Amino acid sequence: MLEIIWFVLWGVLWTVYFLTDGYDLGLGLLMPFLSKEDWERRAIFNAQGPFWDANEVWLITAGGVTFAAFPKTYAVMFSSLYTPLLMLLFALIFRGISFEMRSKEPFSWWRKIWDASMTGGSFVAALLLGVAFANIFKGLPLDQDGILHGNLLTLLNPYGLLGGVLFVLMFAIHGAIWLTIMAKGSLRENGYRIAVLLWPVLLAVAVVFLIVTAFATDLYANIGRWPFLAVFPLLAVVGLLCVRLFLARRDWWKAFASSAAFIGGAAGFGIAGIYPRLLPSSLDPAASLTAFNSASSTLTLSIMLGVVLVFIPIVLAYQVWVHKKFTSEIDVEALAKTGK
Amino acid sequence: MDAVFLSRLQFAIATYFHFIFVPLTIGLSLMIAIFQTTWYRTDDADYLRLTKFFGKLFLINFAIGIVTGITLEFQFGTNWSRYSMFVGDIFGSLLAIEASVAFFLESTFIAVWFFGWNRLPKKLHLVSIWLVAIGSLISAYWILVANSWMQNPVGYVIRDGRAELTDFFAVIFQPYALLKIAHTVGATYLTAGFFVLGISAWHLLRGSHAQVFRKAFAFASVWTLVFSVFLVAQGHMNAGSLADKQPIKLAAMEAHWETQAGAPMHLLQWPDVDNEKNAIEAFTIPKLLSFLAWHDGNAEVQGLKSVPLADRPPVLPTFLSFRAMVGLAFLFILLSAWAFINRNNPGQNPLMLKILPWAIPLPYIANELGWTVAEVGRQPWIVYNLMRTSDAASPISSGQVAISSVAFILVYTLLGAANIYLLAKYARKGPEDVHEIGY
Repeated sequence: MLEIIWFVLWGVLWTVYFLTDGYDLGLGLLMPFLSKEDWERRAIFNAQGPFWDANEVWLITAGGVTFAAFPKTYAVMFSSLYTPLLMLLFALIFRGISFEMRSKEPFSWWRKIWDASMTGGSFVAALLLGVAFANIFKGLPLDQDGILHGNLLTLLNPYGLLGGVLFVLMFAIHGAIWLTIMAKGSLRENGYRIAVLLWPVLLAVAVVFLIVTAFATDLYANIGRWPFLAVFPLLAVVGLLCVRLFLARRDWWKAFASSAAFIGGAAGFGIAGIYPRLLPSSLDPAASLTAFNSASSTLTLSIMLGVVLVFIPIVLAYQVWVHKKFTSEIDVEALAKTGK
Repeated sequence: MDAVFLSRLQFAIATYFHFIFVPLTIGLSLMIAIFQTTWYRTDDADYLRLTKFFGKLFLINFAIGIVTGITLEFQFGTNWSRYSMFVGDIFGSLLAIEASVAFFLESTFIAVWFFGWNRLPKKLHLVSIWLVAIGSLISAYWILVANSWMQNPVGYVIRDGRAELTDFFAVIFQPYALLKIAHTVGATYLTAGFFVLGISAWHLLRGSHAQVFRKAFAFASVWTLVFSVFLVAQGHMNAGSLADKQPIKLAAMEAHWETQAGAPMHLLQWPDVDNEKNAIEAFTIPKLLSFLAWHDGNAEVQGLKSVPLADRPPVLPTFLSFRAMVGLAFLFILLSAWAFINRNNPGQNPLMLKILPWAIPLPYIANELGWTVAEVGRQPWIVYNLMRTSDAASPISSGQVAISSVAFILVYTLLGAANIYLLAKYARKGPEDVHEIGY
């Protein structure tokens, strides 16, 4: 039972990471298309400024919880995905550092370096997260000893790349909508325009992904077994349609919530589909790492459950407070013009 | 070069580099919280200037600490997967607790503090910097509890080829960990103290913002004196804990070869590792080592030769790092006492003001040396007496590790250079006028 609870929590933590840092990564990778002037780029930085760091902690928590609750999965996942994970790490380093560095010198070459670091870092991170998770959904060529039979190119298969494109688009729209909440005037219009422009592309890619998934993976099998799991793909479809609806009504918060529902539905669909496996093996089903064969001891799982049930609601409460506080109090364009 | 060696090299680079930024984050967040509280209570605008000025330097340092911290969590899985499988039940949960209890707090409220000027009620804004200081302290606690478990594993049983938790409270309250936490946190406060002292001295020598920096100087001189004395006294307690729990590490720190009752200490000493003895032993104080380790001049102190060569740590780096750290510790007392004596009129002692900025890097060096003693001194074990470092690495090709190590060196060099450049630039610039900065 504890293993099942932890599987769900594991899925929830990764999903919350995608929901929160997703809009930062999306805004970062879209920046060249959203801005022409220096102050506009500054405003895009400010639209993430109060939130990105805490959002990234969800990744650290998701990784830490994998380590704590499913040590064997953590060990095999991180060592077999060695190169893509370190690339993700460097991408996040470049993305993160640009926030602090950019404003520290006025020279245009200096700012261009950190703008590129923001955009490149965000793009590579979004792409790699998609590639990694699509490959996990499909199964990695892992043997009984948890050793990967393949390399980086093995992961860059068509399904993996399709997952990468899906994540990039999903985060991009999420980020563009976030900008419509944080900005006013021309910058808000830019976010709106790009979100509307990308929406049919995302729709097409999502449909293709759902179809290819039926052939490339066994994600649908669990829905056959437990029909209530169909709520996830349903949530994704409804969310995506509502994104367009609320964008047309210029109801920014509802469009953002819809985009979040889409991301949550998509992640939930994949994660529910691999249950009880955390790391399916494509070589040998018996070599898959599951919530049961890779879990920590009952004592550790119980203690961690207590910690998570107390602290995660507290964290959520103050993060919601910060988002509410700073979306109303910060005028990103005014800040950008005073050079902060 | 094999994957184990390269992974050790890579982990060393990642840890040493990250540990440049962590101590200042922990130490300076508390000093800034105190400056801001003083301003809040007294309405003295100089303390607002200090809060803002050191806050800016803090943020530059904090950003690099954040991005290089994620590396370490990744590294356990990417490079040390066998270790991770073996210890995840205990070590993994401590890291996960750190993230959910402390990281969120620090990361959320540093942003609240930075963006909250003029937007939050004064009191709430003050609370946010305290939450950062407390969050970083809690973070240090859990990380050092995890490291202490590698040094002195407790509260576990070996089952199914891995260490499983049996007693959570034994792990998180073990005396070894509490001593290590006191020592490391003390060192972070000392690091921040010399940082504030050195920058204040630089400005006082040039007469810029003298009124503001006289206040910072006076405060930091008391602060550094307290913590430099504390660290020497407390460090001595750690030596006692090592004599009990990790006698071979202590023997390597002292280059103490033969198990001996009434062991002396040599003020001047040089180990001859090949011949398992010391090449130089001079200025010998009888029975001092026994006394420092056990509070008994006649107690027996275990020597390196009591265990086979394969179970001994590298003696020379452990010995030299320890000696250099202790030497620096006494220098810190002298320097801070000098500043303390002149705290009310530092401007009259230009020599001191010239020297103190050069002392800023010294606690950083002492921090890294202390870390070297702790980690190199634990070898050849990754978990003391339970798992060897050579059995802990991931089953991955050394080519992957070599390429990523080169990438780490390049990226980290870049980050380090940018950090030093910006810190120096903004430290020299001095505080802004209060009317420019609001409130």
